[in-house]
Amino acid sequence: MNVYDFVQLTLFLLVLIILTPLLGRYMARVFLDENHVLKSVVNPVEKAIYRLISCKGEEMDWKKYTYSLLVFNFMGFLFLFFLQLCQSYLPLNPQKLPAPSWSLAFNTSISFVTNTNWQSYSGETTLSYLVQMAGLTVQNFLSAATGISVLLAVIRGLVRKTANNIGNFWIDATRSILYVLLPLSMLLAIILTGQGVVQTFHPFAKATTLMGSGQVIPLGPVSSQIAIKQLGTNGGGFFNANSAHPFENPTPFSNFLEMLAILLIPSALTFTYGRLIGSNRQGWTIFLVMFTLLIIGLAVSYYSEYKFSTIAGININMEGKETRFGLGNSVLWSVATTSASNGSVNAMMDSLTPLAGMVAMFNIMLGEVIFGGVGSGIYGMIMFIILTVFIAGLMVGRSPEFLGKKIEAFEVKMAILAILAPNLVILIFSAVSCLTTPGLSGLNNPGPHGLSEIIYCFSSAAGNNGSAFAGLNSNAPFYNILTGFGMLIGRFGVIIPVLAMAGNMAGKKITPFSGGTFRTDTWLFGLLLMAVIIIVGGLTFFPALSLGPVMEHLLLIK
Amino acid sequence: MRRQIITGLRFLVLMIILTGVLYPGLITVITSIFFPSEAQGSLVERNGVIIGSKLIGQNFDSQKYFWSRPSFNNYNPLPSGASNLGILNPLLTKKVIQREKDFLQANKMKEDLNIPPEMVTASASGLDPHISPTAALLQVSRVAQARGMDKAGQDKLINLVNDLTEKRQFSLLGEPRINVFLLNLKTDSLK
Repeated sequence: MNVYDFVQLTLFLLVLIILTPLLGRYMARVFLDENHVLKSVVNPVEKAIYRLISCKGEEMDWKKYTYSLLVFNFMGFLFLFFLQLCQSYLPLNPQKLPAPSWSLAFNTSISFVTNTNWQSYSGETTLSYLVQMAGLTVQNFLSAATGISVLLAVIRGLVRKTANNIGNFWIDATRSILYVLLPLSMLLAIILTGQGVVQTFHPFAKATTLMGSGQVIPLGPVSSQIAIKQLGTNGGGFFNANSAHPFENPTPFSNFLEMLAILLIPSALTFTYGRLIGSNRQGWTIFLVMFTLLIIGLAVSYYSEYKFSTIAGININMEGKETRFGLGNSVLWSVATTSASNGSVNAMMDSLTPLAGMVAMFNIMLGEVIFGGVGSGIYGMIMFIILTVFIAGLMVGRSPEFLGKKIEAFEVKMAILAILAPNLVILIFSAVSCLTTPGLSGLNNPGPHGLSEIIYCFSSAAGNNGSAFAGLNSNAPFYNILTGFGMLIGRFGVIIPVLAMAGNMAGKKITPFSGGTFRTDTWLFGLLLMAVIIIVGGLTFFPALSLGPVMEHLLLIK
Repeated sequence: MRRQIITGLRFLVLMIILTGVLYPGLITVITSIFFPSEAQGSLVERNGVIIGSKLIGQNFDSQKYFWSRPSFNNYNPLPSGASNLGILNPLLTKKVIQREKDFLQANKMKEDLNIPPEMVTASASGLDPHISPTAALLQVSRVAQARGMDKAGQDKLINLVNDLTEKRQFSLLGEPRINVFLLNLKTDSLK
């Protein structure tokens, strides 16, 4: 790590820390429906939307909330699925691209609806401008809004006393989009185009190069999609190379902004969470736990990339990386994008050194709670908090409480369900792939690295991350269908128990704080929480990791 | 329950219009006013013909040109992509050793000199337009010789490399680099 890497890293973290309370406070005002900057301007639009969908703002219990959310996500899936299959008959397809296969369309639709944005295809040679903007860009917004809505419902469940209802899904989703996601995206999209990200509906440009050969230069409405792809922890690129592509991420400054956009909303939501439950300290405790885990990952990754990337005495640390970003920014991005469930890349994960690849993988395996996805990071963390409070309660022999509410069998069951659902997908689906011919035929690398490609694939699907050890050829019915179901389980296998728990918590009384209450806003609790997260992840995945990246690392240093 | 379906359907249609049509449309209009060239791909024309984009690298395999980085797709942008080879993959080892040999030979470098890592490795996009200034300077004498330039011509090339070197953005972000396409374009117009 040289001095420039260090300065850029410090600057990045500093800006993130400064923006967290600023944006966090703003979002709290938005979701409490208090006065804020955009209220007077955008409020008429908000009211118009409620009128048009005839939403009177009635509160929903957890079942109705979940039902609305699931129905809405399912319709989004259907629309995106058929939009892709019909793309050759629809306008804005200047390259006359044919429809993708049904298994690919199935995979891509689930992928974007679940905020995963796993891509078995290359955008520039597969999807029309229309599908990218009216299909994918829309789901980038909606899946992010779904995540924030679930978080808001959970917070109401924690805060309300003996209540039945946990909010209105349509209102939560509308506010997330109108006041948070859309304005930030517009700002970012315009700045990014200033740096060189393309935004046009013209057909691909044809160039005659200096050497005299032809080069087709793909274009499209890119920056509008890239902005929300970064801000909504989506991560699905317009082009195959994602944010390594010069048209998605042309300069070090665009790189800095896109990297910041990955962590910005998930980080700020920790502050919003603190505000909404009435204790900033609770929010900062979660922030610090996430931040510490991020730093640990960064340290291991930097160390490995600088120390272990030579073969035959030749330095190869630029394999799969771009000159304008260099090694430092590539490592930082790889850790940020896997901590948050973003999944965009500016360097290829598959060519990282084994330990750096393992950090990326392990970040996802921990359940995407190191900042995590917008909304989903914190509701995932709340499930870990429930588990930690429960374990702490067992240790001291007192009945566990969180924010004055008793944690009982039902809450613990739901927490375990939400934590285990993605883990099961990762281990079982990877095992299935390792034992079958179609699973193994997609491999790009031999040896332990091949195993890493498979495990990474299902970690990415189940964690709704979307990044890949991209050598694995996953555009075949086997992987398209299996990762499709993996993404569904990883998303709704968490959301449903989380909302069920929220509904149950809402009905409980709040016991006043007393000297005997186990505090959840201290450094001691933070340490305990971190230990639980790492132990759950470690015990579940250590055997698999030791056969993949650990083995590869040992072979490398042998 | 049926009411939720109807509400959801209406909400979906509204959101498709808002975030899938109005938003990208508005961004297209705004950026076409403020950044017309960037929005269209920073294309470069010579005598009315498009010869490339400032941001997209090109393949140069002639001795008369500065070479770009190795590329997985040989600078064909359809589609972009990387080798995705792991560090222990024998294929990568073979390629890296071959690239080192080629670069040393072509530029008449001593065996023990360190080659900048980007010249023996494939980029992430396969379209990386940049190399490090060091990698450009190492190629100067070869390019000058192939073009039949004298000592003065070679000095001009060195000056050109120094002029075109992009510093870290705001003296802070990213890496110092030089755009190979623009460098070769300027080299062509030196005479």
